[in-house]
Amino acid sequence: MYTTDLSGKDRKKPAPSAAEDPALLAAFEARVANDEFIEPKDWMPEAYRRTLVRQISQHAHSEIVGMLPEGNWITRAPSLRRKAILLAKVQDEGGHGLYLYSAAETLGASREEMIEALHSGKAKYSTIFNYPTLTWADIGAIGWLVDGAAIMNQVPLQRTSYGPYARAMVRVCKEESFHQRQGYELTMALCAGSKEQKRMAQDALNRWWWPSLMMFGPPDDKSPNTEQSIRWRIKRETNDELRQRFVDVTVPQAEAIGLAVPDPALKWNEDCGHYDFGKIDWEEFYAVVRGEGQVAKERMQARVTAWEDGAWVRNAATTYSVKRAAAKVAAE
Amino acid sequence: MAALAPLSTYALRLGDDALILGQRLSEWCGHAPTIEVDLSLANLALDLIGQATHFLGVAGDADKLAFHRDALDFSNCLLVEQPNGDFAQTMARQFLFSTFQELHLHALASSKDERFAAIAAKAVKEVAYHRQLSSDWVVRLGDGTEESRARMTAGLDWMWRFVDELFQMDELEAKLAKGGAGVDKSELRAEWDRRVDAVLAEATLARPASRRPVLGGRRGHHTEHLGPLLSQMQFLQRAYPGAVW
Repeated sequence: MYTTDLSGKDRKKPAPSAAEDPALLAAFEARVANDEFIEPKDWMPEAYRRTLVRQISQHAHSEIVGMLPEGNWITRAPSLRRKAILLAKVQDEGGHGLYLYSAAETLGASREEMIEALHSGKAKYSTIFNYPTLTWADIGAIGWLVDGAAIMNQVPLQRTSYGPYARAMVRVCKEESFHQRQGYELTMALCAGSKEQKRMAQDALNRWWWPSLMMFGPPDDKSPNTEQSIRWRIKRETNDELRQRFVDVTVPQAEAIGLAVPDPALKWNEDCGHYDFGKIDWEEFYAVVRGEGQVAKERMQARVTAWEDGAWVRNAATTYSVKRAAAKVAAE
Repeated sequence: MAALAPLSTYALRLGDDALILGQRLSEWCGHAPTIEVDLSLANLALDLIGQATHFLGVAGDADKLAFHRDALDFSNCLLVEQPNGDFAQTMARQFLFSTFQELHLHALASSKDERFAAIAAKAVKEVAYHRQLSSDWVVRLGDGTEESRARMTAGLDWMWRFVDELFQMDELEAKLAKGGAGVDKSELRAEWDRRVDAVLAEATLARPASRRPVLGGRRGHHTEHLGPLLSQMQFLQRAYPGAVW
């Protein structure tokens, strides 16, 4: 799963701080331009660090919140095989969250701080998870479309300039591409099934198509951080380039299983060798970013409740380990 | 449901225990106290769903058995269908069951029936980890804070009345045990007591008082908690009869 780069319009463009040594900055820029990895102990501009903490923690939050819409269907999966696949998949997402939080921790952010920022609404997560999973076909659509879009976003991140993030992405990408195939296979099974199953699959595509395109973030001319992020090789391709690639790859997949992409303007453009597609409803996108997605409240409530209900468990574990450590010292 | 051969009935019991506990554990997914705990509970659930698939496969068509029976035909023990409650209650259930299941599978790995022996030999390794993980939590919570201790005590208290059923033998299982295909579960009790007591002692917890056992799961007489679990688990198969997923 991947988080949209949710840098709002109101965010200040990161600028090198006046206090930063120009020689260090020049050396840093040269390393990045030379495609070298930046490692945790290396010097880096403050704005680079801030941008990465924001992006990696958003990505981690998205993985954790993203467990909820799919977790919603584990207990209702229609066969033992599907149940095991879905359990393993949601578990993978949790694992991604875990090593992304760890990658962000190498930049000096603590997991507690990051989780606090998520729960207070200060930190964002991918807008896609504020859409509900209404039928079993949504589990297919999430794997096929949402993880499909995530892969488009993440493959370039394997070469992102920050070493720990890039390495985390190598593993994440492998698992996501597995999820994407599982989601497509689930949808294929529905399309090969009864009329009711096919209707379910089409309805899921209708609901998830546009939100999936929005996952790539605002159009390039409205994406204030893109230019700096590309210069620092945090990002390697623009939102619109990635979105176009997703459309080009996904449309034939839908056609192959007899599903109609819900866009009357969709048309193959012979001249440029890409699909032309309709206008995205950016009003909706910004509304969901503002927290007005249908299940935004449910998602946050579930996360906060899990965290608060688990507080006594975490306290007990800490207290116990302190007791044991003290007992060990006393015995020595 | 038509009467099954004794070996199939035995496989069904083993499969139902794993299926129902796996289903219960998967309810935690996304809601656990930490990400690490979330991942480990999902691991346990995955292992159990895998074991259920194998054992139910010995009894017949695993999916048909899982998704098309009503409560009267389910033969899991009552312990595994108990609600998750808080994390302490979930760990109490896991600790009591996994300690039993490990002993059971260990013995079953020497079954004369090759299918049972093969499934048990693989599953016992998984369950050893379940037992370890849940024992660690029983100790941590029992010897943690005042609150965790009270919750752990309450969790064990909830589950304790379903313990005796784990070791209950009937004529069918006694015959299978005698023939070498099954296990005499009543013989596992002493070792189970020893292991459970050792963990409770480390957790500084008292063993709950013995009480009149609640029985009936193997005969299809369940607690009120199984029905809602089944209606959720079986919903799609029931709503779209004959559909292939």
